[in-house]
Amino acid sequence: MNATEKDLPQLEESFIEEAERIISQYPVSKRSASLPLLHLWQRHFGFVSPQGVQWIAEKLDLEPIAVEEIATFYPMIRQRPLGHYQFKVCRTLSCALAGSYEIFEYIKKSCKTVNEVGHHVYVSEDGKFSVEFVECLAACGNAPVMMLNEEEWMDVTQTKIDAILNHLIREKRKEEF
Amino acid sequence: MSALIKNPFNHDLPPLEAPLVNVQLDGQWVKVPKGLNIIEVAKRFGKFIPHYCYHPKLSIAGNCRMCLFEMGMPKLDANRKPVVDAEERPVINWLPRPQIACATQATEGMAIRTNSKLVKDCQEGVMEFLLINHPLDCPICDQAGECRLQEYAYDFGKGRSRFVEEKVKKPKRVDFGPRIILDDERCILCSRCIRFAREIAKQDVIGFVNRGSYSTLTVYPGRVFDSNYSLNTVDICPVGALTSKDFRFKMRVWFLREAKSICTECATGCNIIIGSRENIVYRLTPRVNEEVNSHWMCDQGRLGFHYIHSKKRVTEPASHLNGSLFPLEWSEALRTVAQKLMEFPPSEIAFLVSARLTCEELYLVKKLMETLGKGTEIFSEIIPRKGVADGLLRSADLNPNTKGAIGIGIGKEGRRIEELKNKIRAKEINCLFAIHENPEEVGIQEDILSSLSFYVWQGLIPGPAVHKANILLAGASFAEKSGTMINIAGRLQKLHKAILCPGRAREDWRILRDLLLLVGVKERVFEKINDVFDAMSKEIDLFESLSWNTVGDLGIDLSQKLKNRSIL
Repeated sequence: MNATEKDLPQLEESFIEEAERIISQYPVSKRSASLPLLHLWQRHFGFVSPQGVQWIAEKLDLEPIAVEEIATFYPMIRQRPLGHYQFKVCRTLSCALAGSYEIFEYIKKSCKTVNEVGHHVYVSEDGKFSVEFVECLAACGNAPVMMLNEEEWMDVTQTKIDAILNHLIREKRKEEF
Repeated sequence: MSALIKNPFNHDLPPLEAPLVNVQLDGQWVKVPKGLNIIEVAKRFGKFIPHYCYHPKLSIAGNCRMCLFEMGMPKLDANRKPVVDAEERPVINWLPRPQIACATQATEGMAIRTNSKLVKDCQEGVMEFLLINHPLDCPICDQAGECRLQEYAYDFGKGRSRFVEEKVKKPKRVDFGPRIILDDERCILCSRCIRFAREIAKQDVIGFVNRGSYSTLTVYPGRVFDSNYSLNTVDICPVGALTSKDFRFKMRVWFLREAKSICTECATGCNIIIGSRENIVYRLTPRVNEEVNSHWMCDQGRLGFHYIHSKKRVTEPASHLNGSLFPLEWSEALRTVAQKLMEFPPSEIAFLVSARLTCEELYLVKKLMETLGKGTEIFSEIIPRKGVADGLLRSADLNPNTKGAIGIGIGKEGRRIEELKNKIRAKEINCLFAIHENPEEVGIQEDILSSLSFYVWQGLIPGPAVHKANILLAGASFAEKSGTMINIAGRLQKLHKAILCPGRAREDWRILRDLLLLVGVKERVFEKINDVFDAMSKEIDLFESLSWNTVGDLGIDLSQKLKNRSIL
């Protein structure tokens, strides 16, 4: 246990306070706070590392395997860092019929996301881009739909993706200067 | 029930005070204790509801769906009174959907169908789903022959698969713990091992990750499942997902000859089955005895049998002359021993006896001592072995038959070992007969043994100072003999011979019987172990009114008799 504590990233006071506040919302069974804490951790660090699982388990007096089971059940809880820009392409019926699989392949090719890190989750070599399939994004009327980080894009076409990528590259250049 | 191990659940043993309720089982009205699990209800009346995840000693998970059955409840009229038919029996309203038997408890008027069309369809469906991702590697799978998936596929399955897609690939040969290998593709996700680890072994490190189509059984990264009870998960695993590193690929299970016996690694005396083939023991598995070990045994006991096939074992009687070992004929070896024993005055003879011997052997030793002693008491002692009790099955006494030794009157629980050492050093004792014990173990080293004029060693694996022994007699291990032992709770239990002694080694009771004949006890010749037991029951009051045949497979409780003699 000590070894893992040493491995933990320096946790801010405010983070711990927030975790305590979440746990206090579940007076009957602390266990119920597992999922909110996983969300908290992911919001803060971008993904849930093994240290995160360990920390949450200790906080809730659980065995780490119990938290690991939950963390691996939800695809949205990430076990590893994804790209800086995350494409989430809908693959539910309307979008699939409207060509979301082609869109997915196109993004994969354009962003050079070559490393498969999960089932249909691809990350580029430099870690800038990742692309994955998600289920219905609730905009079936404008299929195919995708999300870029927290932003929703409807009626996606290959030209639209080119435009987005060009914009992102310009942004990136600006950042670099 | 007074099992030495406390099970968190006992679904098969309802509380004795549970009232009886009427249940209709496949059209037959029967009476069962209220609240009894439906799987157990069926079992009590010779029916069988197939199940994977249900285990009588673990919590109910209800996730395999194999135990689906058709349930009905009494039809009620407008006044909520049961409607009865011409024979005054309640009319049944059958539920349209099947229920899982493991999570359903018997209540008054409940009706059960275990083999209707609906039930059979359910079973076929569940089997088909379970077999979708299961690899077809039965020919190289250790579980084959005792695999629930094989058995149920044959008994309850459809006989063919409609699955044409690709099977899900999962990890193979996962190191599950120091004694277990996991094959995830074979796993049917019953979660028995997870519940065992959590509820009984108290080492909650196993779980399912990636729940969904890719559900994978795993040990939490960085942890190992190394509990001393871990191998029980291999037993309760209904398929070949968990296999014992010790047993895997050693023997097809259908070749194993099974003998009922008890574990001799500690005083708990867990009931076991010895699986052997052609005089080689391949594995020990626990045998259910609710009074002792329930369904379990510890890994130490399970894997502790390999010494019986050790290359260092003495397999023929021999004598030591000028440092070399000469094989002897049994008759000659025994004649020499008997002659020598009779030459010494009784006060100069000591018996170092093992509390790992059976009661019958201890009784014959006692008889031998009495004959040689001619009225004076011959020094005898056992070597005590202390371990650490773990609160489950492991007992603090590592000798399996200490209570038997005390009951028969051999030794003083090892309190006189120092005395024996001093007496040999002072040449007060000149003849030592060590039976299944190496005196070196308790500090009676070579130099002390040198001062003996005559030293007989009988046993399996000699210690470093065995060259001091004048005569070596090759004895039998626990798997090679029948007999009885008394466990720490005062239960008399039987061992059954599973294999023959290697080489010219002989069962110890036969060696002792022949010695008895040679020193002059001729009134009774024992041909079978039953004769020895029956003679013992006549002479030793602890075993009074018992006979070999009345001691069943589950043993007999002697705790009251032992308490009366303040042995327990």
